[in-house]
Amino acid sequence: MPKKIVAEKITKAFPSPRGTIVALRDFNLDVEDGEFMCIVGPSGCGKSTFLRILAGLLPVTSGQYVIHASPDAPEGKPLNNVVFQEYAIFPWKTVLDNIAFGLQMRGIGKQERYEIAREWIRRVGLTRFEDCYPHELSGGMKQRVSIARAFANDPEVLLMDEPLAALDAQTRAIMQTELLRIWESDKKTVVYITHSIDEAVLLGDRVVLMTARPGVNKACYDVPFERPRDLRLTATAAFAELSYSIWESLQEEVKKAMEEQLQ
Amino acid sequence: MKGSKSLSAWQKILIGVSVLLVCDLLFTLLGLWKKQWIIAVGINFVGIALIFQWLQAYVPPRRLKAYERSLAIGFPIVMLATWELLVRAGILSATWFPPPSRVAQALWEVATEYNKFTKTSLLGRPWLIPDMYSEQGWQGVVTLFQESHLWATLMRVFLGFLAGAIPGLVVGVAMGMSRTVRVMLDPVVSAIYVIPKITILPLMMLIFSPFGEMYKIVTVAIGVFFVVLINAMTGVMQVDPIFIEAGENYGAHGFQLFRHVIVPAAMPVIFAGLRLALGTALIIIVAIEFVRAKSGVGFLTWYYWEILNPPKMYAGLIVIMILGVVLTYGLQWFEGIVMPWRRRREQRVVLEIPEG
Repeated sequence: MPKKIVAEKITKAFPSPRGTIVALRDFNLDVEDGEFMCIVGPSGCGKSTFLRILAGLLPVTSGQYVIHASPDAPEGKPLNNVVFQEYAIFPWKTVLDNIAFGLQMRGIGKQERYEIAREWIRRVGLTRFEDCYPHELSGGMKQRVSIARAFANDPEVLLMDEPLAALDAQTRAIMQTELLRIWESDKKTVVYITHSIDEAVLLGDRVVLMTARPGVNKACYDVPFERPRDLRLTATAAFAELSYSIWESLQEEVKKAMEEQLQ
Repeated sequence: MKGSKSLSAWQKILIGVSVLLVCDLLFTLLGLWKKQWIIAVGINFVGIALIFQWLQAYVPPRRLKAYERSLAIGFPIVMLATWELLVRAGILSATWFPPPSRVAQALWEVATEYNKFTKTSLLGRPWLIPDMYSEQGWQGVVTLFQESHLWATLMRVFLGFLAGAIPGLVVGVAMGMSRTVRVMLDPVVSAIYVIPKITILPLMMLIFSPFGEMYKIVTVAIGVFFVVLINAMTGVMQVDPIFIEAGENYGAHGFQLFRHVIVPAAMPVIFAGLRLALGTALIIIVAIEFVRAKSGVGFLTWYYWEILNPPKMYAGLIVIMILGVVLTYGLQWFEGIVMPWRRRREQRVVLEIPEG
């Protein structure tokens, strides 16, 4: 498989009144084309920082990364689009216009972009809501809009920053299944940040574990389960075993992060 | 009273009404209505409010809106009626507090009767409307209306508001978006902002001749300018960075980012500023008309003070009040057109729809 994303020795330091804070140090990641890559780490380990760097929203302090465009990419195909944790869909645009936003910015005509947007509205199950404004939607529906906005723009890679973290447990379970279904029909390269090991193992092809701050590579796990997957997978012994072995490795980092907070 | 907890609302209402009646009877007998009227009115208000609150328990939920609306409309009517009664009973002085019926009559006179001194009326010469309409059509009616006091004030407010709000928006947005511009202009703006704008009236008369309309409009415009500017700046600065990140990540840059993200995100605060500025414009114009103008609603009110005609002074107040309400509603209507996503906020019920 060709490499889609290659990030080498990414270091990110933030200046602060109490000296420099190193969020990431020499972090490496490569993601294959069509791979669902999950990154798990304790709170504050710099995983969101890494995603923002990949998205071009933050400059690196040192290191380099590249997102390879596919050779047959049409003109104007974006390299990445982000699904934000806070949804970040625009309250002043309808569901339809939110989902068509990226296409509109690329200069695609009204009829064509609405056609594409409507198809994604159908796929995320919001058909009756295309003329609604976000304040009329629940949290789960807002995140559907946010996910559809990213898919509709058809980027080379999708970057998801804890997209389901703000939802309640039951809505999250539904959205995980939906995300699997949508992704499996599309097989887009995904980098998915989460703090939930179960979610990472359920969704991902590989799970990369980060240490407490500064975030460096700690381990990488292959997730061997067959696709298509659904929530039933979480009830199997193999799933529990893999989740637990990741947790064993993660927990010392979580403790480290907690101790640092206490100081 | 041990059993008071188990009283039903009806019993409470009955007791409340009778206690209130007994109190009022006592007040009347002791003559307290005249000497201690503040206490008497206060007790009556508290009693009435309590009774209506208990009464609410018997209003079916689907009637609750209608119940509240009738309270909101009914209570002011009761207040006006009380005022009328108090004056007729000789408790309130008819000289300083002319009864509503007298004020209404004065309003009608002010609006339609030609005044020799001001050479027009609040609405101009409306009795000429049929003639003018048959002669010159709507054009003639407008010409006729242009000589009225209402038109004079409206025009000053409207032109001053536009002349202040548009540059205020431009400069405010620029200050919100550029730190450099903000650092440069902020001390000047903050210093001028605290000056009550009516103080610059003499200066404006010096610069733009003390005659005509120009200095009035400019004074209103300057007052509006600073209020709009400060709010536009705050609105732009308060745009949640996540929206800007999302905009940029989805390919919006430069003007597109401005038009699709920054402006709509700042819009609610900008409109709050416009509403404040409208109030400022009314204050300034009325103050100017008090001291300088020979036309306008403020002038009319002042004129009836000078000739000591309280009912017509009240009429002037009412016209200014109506003007403020109408202009504010106009602005809200405009707000709904510009920000459709702020409409129908409470109406739709949100449902999480299951798949399939």
